[in-house]
Amino acid sequence: MLQLRDIRKTFNAGTDNEVRGLDGVTLDFEPGTWTVVIGSNGSGKSTMQSAISGTFGLDGGSITVGGTDITAWPEHRRAHIIGRVFQDPYAGSAPSLTVAENLALAEGRGTRRTLAPLLRRSRRAAWREMLAEIGLGLERRLDDPIGLLSGGQRQSITLLMATATAPKVLLLDEHTAALDPRSADQVIQLTSRIVARHRATTIMVTHSMAQAAALGDRLVAMHRGRVYLDVRGADKRRLRVEDLHDVFAQMRQDDRLDHAALALLAAEYA
Amino acid sequence: MSVLVASIAIALALAILAYGVFLSFRILNFPDITADGSFPLGAAVAATLIDHGSVAGVTVGPWTATAVATCAGAAAGLCTGIVHAYLRVNVLLSGILTMTALYSVNLMVMGRSNIGLYGKSTIFTPWERAVESWAGGGIVPIMGRPVPAGDVAAALLGAALATAIGVALWLFLRTQVGAAMRATGDNPRMLRALGTSTSFTLMVGMGCSNALIALSGAVFGQLQGFADAQMGIGIIVLGLASVIIGQTLVGAGAGIGLLIAGAVMGTVLFRLLVAIALRMGLDPNNLKLITAAVVLAALVLPGLASRAGSRLRWGAAR
Ligand SMILES: Nc1ncnc2c1ncn2[C@@H]1O[C@H](COP(=O)(O)OP(=O)(O)OP(=O)(O)O)[C@@H](O)[C@H]1O
Ligand SMILES: [Mg+2]
Repeated sequence: MLQLRDIRKTFNAGTDNEVRGLDGVTLDFEPGTWTVVIGSNGSGKSTMQSAISGTFGLDGGSITVGGTDITAWPEHRRAHIIGRVFQDPYAGSAPSLTVAENLALAEGRGTRRTLAPLLRRSRRAAWREMLAEIGLGLERRLDDPIGLLSGGQRQSITLLMATATAPKVLLLDEHTAALDPRSADQVIQLTSRIVARHRATTIMVTHSMAQAAALGDRLVAMHRGRVYLDVRGADKRRLRVEDLHDVFAQMRQDDRLDHAALALLAAEYA
Repeated sequence: MSVLVASIAIALALAILAYGVFLSFRILNFPDITADGSFPLGAAVAATLIDHGSVAGVTVGPWTATAVATCAGAAAGLCTGIVHAYLRVNVLLSGILTMTALYSVNLMVMGRSNIGLYGKSTIFTPWERAVESWAGGGIVPIMGRPVPAGDVAAALLGAALATAIGVALWLFLRTQVGAAMRATGDNPRMLRALGTSTSFTLMVGMGCSNALIALSGAVFGQLQGFADAQMGIGIIVLGLASVIIGQTLVGAGAGIGLLIAGAVMGTVLFRLLVAIALRMGLDPNNLKLITAAVVLAALVLPGLASRAGSRLRWGAAR
């Protein structure tokens, strides 16, 4: 379904603060699977999602979706096959537009915007139903500017917006990290329902080990712009929170070894 | 009374400018200063066509001239939009570039630095005739005071135009394209993620905004009876004054419809204040200084007031 072939991205190349955001990532995502991505800060999780959604061009490698090479496609052209939700609950909706207008814009994802009225009365019942499913009473707030809603409410709607046109790929980047535990829980439940319903190929980044252990059918750990661990099937189901802590400990251990080796080399050639 | 009606007529012509500035600054969140060039462009194109009366043997009426002026403004706005969105030149600089270029273009269009329209038929002429025949003469008594029929006609046509265009703008902002423009100013990243190019919405938006501004220039030029290459100086600040005063009147959180109405109210209010100040002996040369000061005050005071307010509440709480 979605294939990443040795994708590479270096930020600020050729300067002092050169960063290898992605250092050769190759992953193959089966249709309808739900992959959870973990890794420490700066390991390249968000960079991988941005590469898939086309926020920037790659330095190397290729991305294909359902056999079509989309590596050279600009972001807005990929939009109809890729839905994305960010950590910032305010990033996914336009605050001065109403809830209904935001939903309508999302339903027009990837189509040409015309001079037809944005809001169609015939959609309102469906929108109310979608919002009612979230269970936060949002069905009564269709005509409020979305900027008046709380972060958790907005993130739930963002999730609906991201999947409004049933995209093939759904990218979730720590989409519950900025929410209080209760709201986070509600958004996760909504996520599970939506992923199950749309059968979108989902890639979810999280720092919550509980989420990583409980959700999805595959786990990828990233480290320094590379895939460090890739577990699926029964192995993934067996993973406990403690195992994931061990993975992080192991990655830190590797870092120390690397540093030690560097120090040794430096001493040798000094 | 006569001064009042004349001020309102000018204000209503400038309300269309306020719509354009509202579209760029408030809706697209794009500080576009092309206005200083596109406003006189509108006046120059309309005045030139009206002055000539025909192009290549085809007679050009004042409305056609006004429509052509509007299209010229749209082209100017598209230039700014393209320079910014596709050539990736800084927002302010792209406006400055177009504005500067337009200064020469305006002189080229007119062939001299100003064109008088005395004795020519403008969009106001039929309205003036209508008011005259209705009042039975060149003077209309309003609340017991004599007002020239020309001023009454200008205010009426101005009101009709400002209303029609205001409603059209309101309807437009509720279309798919219009809503995409609102989202461009609000959250461009989201709009791109939804598959709409913000470069495109910006470009189209700049075209619409400057079309309105040039239309305002065309109407204003016909109202004043002349077009002048210098008439654009500081016009963007004037438009901003209207928009900001209007926003203060209706509240920043108001819906689109109210904000559009607020822009008209802001223009009228500001014009009346200017008329009063001039009456009280203000030197017209100081007008731009005062306008800038008013905009600064309108920008800064609400912030200061709310800060002072929260300090007061703090004091009360402790
Ligand atoms: N636009 C950018 N310009 C420069 N450097 C960047 C940019 N985006 C990411 N980086 C760098 O690339 C590396 C990977 O960043 P990325 O955001 O992918 O990490 P992450 O795994 O998502 O981390 P976190 O858990 O903190 O979100 C970091 O070192 C980061 O500083
Ligand atoms: Mg990240």
